Amino acid sequence: MTPVAAALGGAFSMAAGGALAGLVTPARWRSAVVGAATAGVGIAGAIAGLAAVSGTGWQVRLPDLLPLAGVSLTVDAVGGWFLLLIGGVAAVVGVYTVGYTGQTGHGPAARGALALVPLFVAAMLLVPAAGSVSTFLLAWELMAVTSLLLMLAEHRHTPAVRTAGLWYAAMTQAGFVAVLLGLAWLAAAAGGESFDTIRDRAAQLSPLASSGVFLLCLAGFASKAGVVPLHPWLPRAHAEAPSHVSALMSAAMVKLGVYGIVRIAFDLLGGGPRWWWLLLGALGALSALYGILQAAVATDLKRLLAFSTSENVGLILLGLAAAGLLAGAGQFTVAGVAVAAALLHAANHAGFKTLLFCGAGSVLRATGTRDLDELGGLSRRMPATTVLVGVGVLGAAALPPGNGFISEWLLLQALLHRDPAGGTTLIIAAPVAVAVVALTAGVGVATYVKALGTGFLARPRSTKASDAVESPPTMLAGMGLAAAVCAGLAVFPAVTAPALDRVTSGLRVGSAPMQGGVDLQLAGVAASISPLWIAVGAVGLAVAVAAVARTTGRTRRRAAAWDCGDGPLTARMEYTSTSFAEPLQRVFDDVLAPEQDIDVTHPAESAYLVRTVEYRRRLPDRVEARLFGPLMTAVSSIGQAARGLATGSVHRYLAYMLTALVAVLIAGVFR
Amino acid sequence: MVAPLPVAADGQGSRMSAGWAVAAAQAVLVAAVAPLLLGFTRAVRARLEGRGGGRIAQPWRDLRKQFRKEPLIPADAGVFFAAAPAVLTATSLMVAAAVPYLSTQNPLASSTDLIVVVGLLLLGTVALALAGLDTGTAFGGMGASREMTIAALVEPTLLLSVFALSTRVGSTNLSAIVAAGTTDQARVFSPASALAAAALAIATLAEAGRLPVDNPATHLELTMVHEAMTLEYSGRDLALVEWASAMRLTILLGLLATVFVPWGVATNLHPVAVALAAALFVAKLCVLSGLLAVAEVFTAKLRLFRVPELLAGSFVLGLLAVITSAVLA
Repeated sequence: MTPVAAALGGAFSMAAGGALAGLVTPARWRSAVVGAATAGVGIAGAIAGLAAVSGTGWQVRLPDLLPLAGVSLTVDAVGGWFLLLIGGVAAVVGVYTVGYTGQTGHGPAARGALALVPLFVAAMLLVPAAGSVSTFLLAWELMAVTSLLLMLAEHRHTPAVRTAGLWYAAMTQAGFVAVLLGLAWLAAAAGGESFDTIRDRAAQLSPLASSGVFLLCLAGFASKAGVVPLHPWLPRAHAEAPSHVSALMSAAMVKLGVYGIVRIAFDLLGGGPRWWWLLLGALGALSALYGILQAAVATDLKRLLAFSTSENVGLILLGLAAAGLLAGAGQFTVAGVAVAAALLHAANHAGFKTLLFCGAGSVLRATGTRDLDELGGLSRRMPATTVLVGVGVLGAAALPPGNGFISEWLLLQALLHRDPAGGTTLIIAAPVAVAVVALTAGVGVATYVKALGTGFLARPRSTKASDAVESPPTMLAGMGLAAAVCAGLAVFPAVTAPALDRVTSGLRVGSAPMQGGVDLQLAGVAASISPLWIAVGAVGLAVAVAAVARTTGRTRRRAAAWDCGDGPLTARMEYTSTSFAEPLQRVFDDVLAPEQDIDVTHPAESAYLVRTVEYRRRLPDRVEARLFGPLMTAVSSIGQAARGLATGSVHRYLAYMLTALVAVLIAGVFR
Repeated sequence: MVAPLPVAADGQGSRMSAGWAVAAAQAVLVAAVAPLLLGFTRAVRARLEGRGGGRIAQPWRDLRKQFRKEPLIPADAGVFFAAAPAVLTATSLMVAAAVPYLSTQNPLASSTDLIVVVGLLLLGTVALALAGLDTGTAFGGMGASREMTIAALVEPTLLLSVFALSTRVGSTNLSAIVAAGTTDQARVFSPASALAAAALAIATLAEAGRLPVDNPATHLELTMVHEAMTLEYSGRDLALVEWASAMRLTILLGLLATVFVPWGVATNLHPVAVALAAALFVAKLCVLSGLLAVAEVFTAKLRLFRVPELLAGSFVLGLLAVITSAVLA
């Protein structure tokens, strides 16, 4: 038995055991048992992934497990990377869940809601392990259904959960239909449904078939990955789901959309014409910019993180698109760097987004609100959580020495080092991509300074925030694990080099992108940085400066804030997150198109006097309103028109069925 | 084309230690010169405005005085407020050591590059913005909000100019860029470089908080950005923040000088060459800060909401620079 088989077998049996235990264990122990089982599933999945990226693949066919197609599992390096990612996220979230769901026994701690968590993780592990179209679709749908049910855990508590659930259900099913059509087409055109067969025969596909498959699959996978303009479910679902589920969805499930694109476009179809990659890059750029701008003006902490997920997926797609273009132009070394950048960014995003969603969950649990305008002052009430969130923010803002910086650095290197003789498309596309990455990075920093600064620092802006208490140790332990992984990826990114090398060779787009132990060097490309030295230098020098200043200068004394000598300060005088983002909102006014109302009421005596001034501001999602608004109006008007067909008469329905049957028979005869 | 990394792993201990000595010397030089440069700028400005002005060493005296005073910390502020001055100073010192101001044989060159330099400067900005928010005062939040809005637009410009500079050399490595400039002068005077220099100059003004983006000489609530964040600092904390801010101005002006006027930067570690490079470096800084002072006399501060227009302009310049250098390369 190979290590991958043993680990995956362990993961799936632990998931079954965990689900069963969730159903039968009393409320008091339920969270602990299920959390431990989820962590176990995650660890086993991560071990399977680790074995696969170290070069031991695994393949099995179980024809009797399901009727017609059977189940076929293939774990290679590409799948292994994503197994590792999902497993790592699940291990952390499992530990966190123990404290987060607690012992209440209802809401997210109810029997069903907890039992589904290990099943969801197992379904996610099944997706990259699938080795045939039917198994892949089965796993994809299992993942969609379990995540939907998990997301709805608090539907009795908040009505917004139901709306979010509807959006998610509709969009995930529409995406599934697109993927189903695409993969069915692919299997039919290739004359076989196992991935190996398809890979072998992909070269013989007609351009129409391969481009059609690419477009359908891209639509389906992009909607799962939260790519703008197919994103509207994401900020709703991530915001309304219980936080451990948000973390799993944002850090792991969304990455499987990326996995789908990588598997179909690079691996199975073996690359394609240039316009595929330009389309992918345009989607990535749109996602990155629109996502981060919406995140910058969001006041709901989890909505902010959700839009930032769209942004990061956009950056990942940008890397993949660059890789496709570069590989198409024959520049395999740089293409390898671009793939490595995209995949490393996927891992880094999984790390810091797990941490940040868990942090948002801790805040929600301690204060009962996600509204940044009501928070503040948590750094003194929840110091450990604040420090851990700070580590996540450092990564998410792509600042050195955080982990997000490393992958953005790699992405920029890939865009820089293309061969100048690579054609006009690259000459124009690469600088535009750099501009997108740069603008995204800049606004991203402002966004995360807002999240940390107005959410956790200064004085509490409401009693909810002032009554906050620190989270239980299991939650802190889960977040601590995530922070340790982030720090590890930030300081020793070169440890991922052999694994990424195998993945890029498996995708046939290049190889050996990274080298080195302490220094991160790129093979064949003149670029190197030393993340360890940057981290040690920044931290060491800061500590040294602080120590020298402390020993030679006088000690600090606490005093009331001066604030230009203006009277006693109240929390209402602080900048809120809305006011913090206001200048940025003004700068990007044309893109965000905020709706503002100012109502001034006057007393009866004179119109020159003012009694009250009311100010309202809404920031509607423009893409959603423009694109999905008309679509939904059209769908509901068609639905209204179709009501005439259903009058309630049984005879009529029987007549419909008979007509349909006859039509099918005629079609069959004359075919 | 791919330029070789200038620092070869030749394993010669003495050479490495000489390199480290130069890197340390650079950091010390920038730290020492920065307040003097500030004093020089103020003196030139005062003279042009017909005032007497202070002495050139006045900023050093101010720092010494502030360092001896008792630092206060607002009642509601926490560790972010206390840590920010040290982080700001540390990032400034790191950048001062890593940029090849004196010699291209900088041992830090293989550990950092232009992107890291931009990132470290931004880390300092972020530390100060978080400190501003941590005070819990209206002014702190206001300064932080404005500073981050400006930084969000300046960072892309910086990265784009970095990219334009790197495209002509094929590397983001600073030593490679400067070394290529000293040997191949046709590359320095290309249209792409001119555009990149203009973009970088505007970004420098914004990043260092000079006119027309921010006025370092006023404390008027309508206009202040940097000063609003640092209002609550006092004593040694204020001294560190001011010192680091002065260093950032020196670093950015030095970067402009070294990248676009690279002559004089030593390509070896010979003491005489390094000393000459140091003298030339200070001379270039004086010229640039003199120009800065002259420009500030004739410029008024922009309205806050006009600043993004200026920065958007510099962003477009940066983008043009990148495209030009890609087309010409």
